[in-house]
Amino acid sequence: MFKIVHREEMADATVILNEIEAPLIARKAKPGQFVILKANEEGERIPLTMAEANVEKGTLTVIYMVVGKSTALFKTLQVGDGYQDVIGPLGKPTHIEKVGNVVCVGGGTGVAVLYPITKAMKEAGNHVTAIIGARNKDLLILEDKMREASNELIVCTDDGSYGHHGFVTDPLREMCEKGSLNQAILIGPVPMMKFASKITEEYDVPTLVSLNPIMVDGTGMCGGCRVSVGGETKFACVDGPEFDGHKVDYDELMLRLQAYCEEEKQCYESYCTIRDAV
Amino acid sequence: MADKPGKKKTIPRQAMAEQEPEVRRRNFEEVPLGYTMEQAQMEASRCLQCRKPGCTSGCPVSVDIPGFIQCILEGDMTAAIRNLWGKNALPAVCGRVCPQEIQCEGECILGKKGDPVAIGNLERFAADYERAHGSGELPPKLPPTGKKVAVVGSGPSGLTVAGDLIAKGHDVTIFEAFHKAGGVLVYGIPEFRLPKAIVGQEVHFLERLGVKIECNAVVGRTVSLDELFEEGYDAIYLGVGAGLPRFMNIPGENLVGILSANEYLTRANLMKAYKFPDVDTPIPIGKNVTVLGAGNVAMDSARTAMRLGADSVRIVYRRSRQEMPARAAEIHHAEEEGIEMMLLTNPTRYIGDEKGRLTGMECIQMELGEPDDSGRRRPVPIPGSELEIECDLCIVAVGSGANPLLTQSTSDLQLNKWGYIMTEPNTGKTFKRGVWAGGDIVTGAATVILAMGAGRKAADSIHEYLVYGW
Ligand SMILES: Cc1cc2nc3c(=O)[nH]c(=O)nc-3n(C[C@H](O)[C@H](O)[C@H](O)COP(=O)(O)OP(=O)(O)OC[C@H]3O[C@@H](n4cnc5c(N)ncnc54)[C@H](O)[C@@H]3O)c2cc1C
Ligand code: SF4
Ligand code: FES
Repeated sequence: MFKIVHREEMADATVILNEIEAPLIARKAKPGQFVILKANEEGERIPLTMAEANVEKGTLTVIYMVVGKSTALFKTLQVGDGYQDVIGPLGKPTHIEKVGNVVCVGGGTGVAVLYPITKAMKEAGNHVTAIIGARNKDLLILEDKMREASNELIVCTDDGSYGHHGFVTDPLREMCEKGSLNQAILIGPVPMMKFASKITEEYDVPTLVSLNPIMVDGTGMCGGCRVSVGGETKFACVDGPEFDGHKVDYDELMLRLQAYCEEEKQCYESYCTIRDAV
Repeated sequence: MADKPGKKKTIPRQAMAEQEPEVRRRNFEEVPLGYTMEQAQMEASRCLQCRKPGCTSGCPVSVDIPGFIQCILEGDMTAAIRNLWGKNALPAVCGRVCPQEIQCEGECILGKKGDPVAIGNLERFAADYERAHGSGELPPKLPPTGKKVAVVGSGPSGLTVAGDLIAKGHDVTIFEAFHKAGGVLVYGIPEFRLPKAIVGQEVHFLERLGVKIECNAVVGRTVSLDELFEEGYDAIYLGVGAGLPRFMNIPGENLVGILSANEYLTRANLMKAYKFPDVDTPIPIGKNVTVLGAGNVAMDSARTAMRLGADSVRIVYRRSRQEMPARAAEIHHAEEEGIEMMLLTNPTRYIGDEKGRLTGMECIQMELGEPDDSGRRRPVPIPGSELEIECDLCIVAVGSGANPLLTQSTSDLQLNKWGYIMTEPNTGKTFKRGVWAGGDIVTGAATVILAMGAGRKAADSIHEYLVYGW
């Protein structure tokens, strides 16, 4: 069992942080890589990109939004409980390099994935501006950590309840217009990555996105995670999860993410009925 | 019992009872039900006890077939299983999944004029008898040598190596990427053909012998080969299989509803998605299903789709019946269950709707031309013969390749042009000192018994190395 040593609820308890004991994985984990977690015998294998890894403590941190049966089940796990299986680190690490001016844009729980990358990019000597967004103030996560990890932080809320009123794409466009950006890293919901990539493409800013397709094994064995990048099929779990944001077929990715929506609804509803009955 | 030579020929090959096709096509229980002792002995009595048995020379690991059959005939079941174990660590598995018709049974002298001895059924009987009635007593182990061996991958070849080396006194740890041990035996081959309890029991047997199993260990990611050496392992065996799905590379392949057989079968078998929503992993349920390919993997996928409730399941294969690579029994069972064979047909494009979901497929008819490199007649398209078929689920079972995850992270292994690991054929030694490899990652997708045979050879060579040096 992989024990949970620390747990936090964020964003009105819709987002959960778990720090998990997994020394072998923590030793190897690099920014941008993910793990697969499975709660119990009947559980599903769920990929989550790591928000942090602590070699000394032998722990790794994941932050996830509760969206279905599996994450609802994860949410019930308390400190001292654990996951039956944690597999990783999987995927290619982010290529960290000194390029100059970098913008890191995160939406929703994508901010969690963005955090270690932002930190590493700053440590590599880049000037990093971070732009993070959420629907409203209560749903915003990791603001303090992101402020610390970047040289400058811009916060956006869709409803204007905090920071800039509007989408993360607004300040991104302003920065692109100023014209000194060397790299953009965009992580969040697929529509956000799609629209933000369009903007950086207009201004020729090299762009990385991190994709989260449906996965099973995470080792290149099933092909369930395939995505189209520049007209070629790639397996996100081994060729990614990061790809050139200007080449990804986001519309296909969105459709593929819907593959099991009926089944998931059915499973989640029956789980909630049982849970509420208990 | 019929032991007069003259009478032997008159006993017909004993058929094994099976679930009726109409019933089993909708359940996941095992199809053949096994022999009774009486049937087994009747079948055993058909064996002529040849002086130079063709069956044994047809067996990739040279099981003493007349020997174990004689034990069954005499009712000494302990001797029968000991005899089998001498050459084959997983007889309950092999009795069920080996292509006997091209191995032992294909060479049986009785097959020249009539039906060969049902060697596979007898092997299965002996192994099942042991599982049900055996003492569970552990075989003797040599005293500890103090040497540590890491086995990467827990498929049939890795399990064989682990079993052989633990018995020789070495300290053995298996590293498996998945959360459960067994390789293709647990994630690929379905329950109705190979009950998972059998695989579980074999794995447990190794654990009782002292083999340690580290699941969730992706070698090349969680730990590298060089790190294993640094941790004190003296030798490493790579039995990582051929886990890379091949696709058709035709337009529309990323539509929702097109899965590799690896994904489909892993969901169904390893994740037990056929029990959804009692388990959390979903699996697409097709109404009209097509399966591309005609090997064992294709048959398993088609029969799984039928069991999950499909209205129709079609195998689409570009060659003819003669070239179908699946075991004869699987093709027979599939047809009995109502699976349709569309032969000499090749898909050219997938068709989808506005939601990106598969609705059909365009195919073209083929005819057989000149023989190709594999010696089989090359299928060539017949111009103007395009046709459209309706389907909402397509499972691609057109073969697999070498998964590069481990090999790419280990620079000093030598690979052939397809990415498989190059080894010395007689020992399984790779070009990296202290590392052996065998099974599908060396030969390309093959069979359980060949993977086990390679494991046994490598285990002998590893033992020699640990005792005498490289
Ligand atoms: C659906 C299906 C049906 C089949 N039917 C038959 C049949 O009827 N008869 C027959 O003889 N053969 C059959 N085969 C073929 C047979 O199963 C294989 O030839 C055999 O399993 C190969 O054994 P192996 O030990 O080489 O590899 P595998 O069984 O593939 O096992 C390899 C193991 O290594 C693990 N692994 C891979 N990479 C790593 C890594 N980096 N670190 C740690 N672990 C790793 C994998 O997760 C896997 O568990 C079938 C195959 C399939 C897929
Ligand atoms: S070849 Fe057939 S008859 Fe002869 S020993 Fe083998 S199984 Fe028996
Ligand atoms: S998750 Fe199976 S290949 Fe990527």
